[in-house]
Amino acid sequence: MNALISTALSGVVLMFVGLFVRNKQHIKFFAIAAIIIAFIANLAQFPSVELGSYTMYGMIEVSRFSVLFNAVALGATLLYFLLSGSEFEKVGEHVADYFALIFFILAGISLASTFSNLLMLFLAIEIMSIPQYVLAGTDRKNLKSNEASLKYFLMGSFSTGILLMGIALIYGAAGSFNITELGLGADSVHPLALCGIILMAFALAFKVSAVPFHFWTPDVYDGSPTVFTSFMATVVKAGGFVAFLRMFHVSFAGGAISEHWTLILSIITAATLILGNFSAVFQQSVKRMLAYSSIAQAGFMLFAVIAINQFAAQGIILYAAAYSIATIGVFAVLMKLKDYTFEGFNGLAKKQPLLALAVTIFLFSLAGIPVTAGFFAKYFVLSAAIQHGHLLWLVIVGVLCAAISVYYYFRVIIAMYFKQGDPEVEPVSGGLKAALILAVALVLVLGLFPNLLIGCL
Amino acid sequence: MLTVLLILIPFIAGLIAFGLKGSGPKVLGMIASLASVAIAIGAGCTFHASPDKLSFVASWIPQLGSQFRVGLDGMGVMLCLLTAIAFLLVFITIYNRDIERPNGFYGLMLLSQAGLIGVFTAFDALQFYIFWELALIPVYFLCSMWGGEKRIPVTFKFFVYTFLGSLLMLVGIIYLYFQTPDHSFSWTSFTSLQLSMGDQKWLFWLFFVAFAIKMPVFPFHTWQPDTYDQSPTPVTMILSGVMVKMGLFGLLRWLMPVVPQGAAMWTDVAIVLSIIGIIYASCIAMVQSDLKRLIAYSSIAHIGLMSAAIFAHNEQSTQGVLLQMFNHGINIIGLWIIVDVIQNRLGVKNMDQLGGMARKAPRMAIFLVIISLANIGLPLTNGFIGEFLMFSGLFQYNHWFMAFAGLGIILAAVYTLNMIQKVIFGEGNTLTDSTTDLQPGETLALSLIVIMIFVLGVYPQPMLDLVSKVF
Repeated sequence: MNALISTALSGVVLMFVGLFVRNKQHIKFFAIAAIIIAFIANLAQFPSVELGSYTMYGMIEVSRFSVLFNAVALGATLLYFLLSGSEFEKVGEHVADYFALIFFILAGISLASTFSNLLMLFLAIEIMSIPQYVLAGTDRKNLKSNEASLKYFLMGSFSTGILLMGIALIYGAAGSFNITELGLGADSVHPLALCGIILMAFALAFKVSAVPFHFWTPDVYDGSPTVFTSFMATVVKAGGFVAFLRMFHVSFAGGAISEHWTLILSIITAATLILGNFSAVFQQSVKRMLAYSSIAQAGFMLFAVIAINQFAAQGIILYAAAYSIATIGVFAVLMKLKDYTFEGFNGLAKKQPLLALAVTIFLFSLAGIPVTAGFFAKYFVLSAAIQHGHLLWLVIVGVLCAAISVYYYFRVIIAMYFKQGDPEVEPVSGGLKAALILAVALVLVLGLFPNLLIGCL
Repeated sequence: MLTVLLILIPFIAGLIAFGLKGSGPKVLGMIASLASVAIAIGAGCTFHASPDKLSFVASWIPQLGSQFRVGLDGMGVMLCLLTAIAFLLVFITIYNRDIERPNGFYGLMLLSQAGLIGVFTAFDALQFYIFWELALIPVYFLCSMWGGEKRIPVTFKFFVYTFLGSLLMLVGIIYLYFQTPDHSFSWTSFTSLQLSMGDQKWLFWLFFVAFAIKMPVFPFHTWQPDTYDQSPTPVTMILSGVMVKMGLFGLLRWLMPVVPQGAAMWTDVAIVLSIIGIIYASCIAMVQSDLKRLIAYSSIAHIGLMSAAIFAHNEQSTQGVLLQMFNHGINIIGLWIIVDVIQNRLGVKNMDQLGGMARKAPRMAIFLVIISLANIGLPLTNGFIGEFLMFSGLFQYNHWFMAFAGLGIILAAVYTLNMIQKVIFGEGNTLTDSTTDLQPGETLALSLIVIMIFVLGVYPQPMLDLVSKVF
């Protein structure tokens, strides 16, 4: 609740800050201060949920899970501001507006983690999406950016329509918008409800770019200004997942109904894993590779949605943290390079050993190698799926795909360390270096002691 | 605490080594490996007196039921000793060499030592998995940075292979974790599980593939000759001397006790694969003219025998394997040192270009003959007693298997004698005439190896005592 209020207010305040503050750099400090306040305000809510969750006006349910997830989202955004905040200035004139839009997205995410009414879900998804359509098109002179924005907007509206249709059908079947009172998990499945669930699954799958609803992802991520791609592919995507998880775990779990959607989602997950990973292998640009890798990682996060157990909730939080930190970190370094192809990374280790080391650890984390946060993230979602019992085939698909992912993540490491080259790197400030070290430390600490995070759940 | 020290010393030394310059890293490496050997010997003595002192448990991730749980039994002591000795031998051999970026090289070497010791001491499955991966990553960087021309694709293949195997093992570990009543990863919980036959049937493969890739057993071996060939020789020594033992160790520590019925069910398949490996690798070794590849293939054959003996699963074969794990490690490191010397002096490793080196480098020739003969298990050398036990164990299980595996001895004699003949006897050429004999460091390392070969060959009892308590 605090997170929702503070982020929404910060967004409005930042819009006004843009009117009065001319120095672009100062705006960044305002944004950082605002996110720190939101982070602390969110954490301040922990004592109140210590004993259990509470619902407000039948619309929002604040729980330990939602507070912790918001902490991860806000923390990752803080890291994002520290690592990439100065890149905002290069995108265009309206820096304060960009920050404001990011805060509005965060408000959507905090709503997505707390909604207890289907209308709130709809609002959350829309609040999360609309600022993104704008951000995708901020590089106005670039045709690819225009295309990205338009494509994202059209596809996004389309999926929102599907979501609304799903909500309508579920309302028709259950007669309620309150997600805890739908009562769909009973023995017999109403055909309307089933259609509604399928439509909702498709719409949410679109939001998290699961195959076959992923077509927009590479083009949008590639066309958008890199600094926003970094945010869209991480925090926002995690926000989509939390909505997905909440909806399906609270309303559609148990009984005959879960068997129906489990099968559909399992097939979507397998397709996402296979297609995401195989396509990533063939990319020539690191940015596009990361776009496909985000699809591939979505496949792993879907494990958590399908498996309805304690490990799933822990897994999604850890995955959101691990994946966001690592991807934001890689993007921060990517933006310092002139050339986004794999060759652009050739010889980076010699020129900028710290950047290369940081990227290596982030990529290790994305690949799921031990002692990085990514390992335990994968561990938890795999555990969730294995505990589920009927998903072993999916686990094996996931494992094979994880081995494939090593191929494209290591291509970057190979380029940096084992190939000769002289990459053009923009000057790296001390502040960025410090932020990178902080991110690396976070990845390693969570890789050694994941209970620091999931222990709070 | 001794066990924790065994991990910590190389780990901390490795981290420090990255920051040192000049001859700092190699001095530090030498000190750390000497200390490791001393502690490993100390652990061996403590093991006989009070084995309980060697285990250490600390809280790690309580929510998961995973603890930092290390300990040493006879097998662990022996493998830690092998690891410590192997690294010491490698460091002695390369002490006088100029290595590019020595801080990175020694740092990564020491980190991989920490990972290896971690694997051999872990009594918690999750911790075992983590160390298993940690041992791999430094080696990946070592091979890719200091290796031969084709090093990048080759080591990459090696990494992907092992990583895939590890992930399958992880799935198995997580599955077993859910089966334990107390939700724990500890070795005792895993081994006391009562798994159904249906579960054991497929769990076996999840673990076996991971270990088979590491050893490697046919048909999971294809990464191995290329990697041995392309890696810098000091790294190859560690790979073939110690790292492949991780696979054998995994079978003995985790696979056989945890899924015994699964292992029993697939025993014949595993042994047949191992024996195919023995014969197939020996045949390829016979026609190899490249010295490094010859030793790589001979290693597949030797490991195949050990893997077959593990699955024969009786007291004699297991004793033989344990003994041979140590002996094979020592012997193959000796062979690699000599290959390294030849490659270092002459720049070639093709046997057709060699010959007549006995006259120019007599000390090297003597060492080569002794170590080669030990490697094929000549009586009075360390290789003999291990092989004898393994064959007799295999014979008890099934004499046909033993007969086919026994072909490996004959083939090994063929390619080994052929190698000796081509490298050190016969006519020399202008290239080999320019060679010089061993340097003091190399002589010292090889002398230590030869002493161990004879001591363990004539009096293997202490080593047998050490490993006799395992089963």
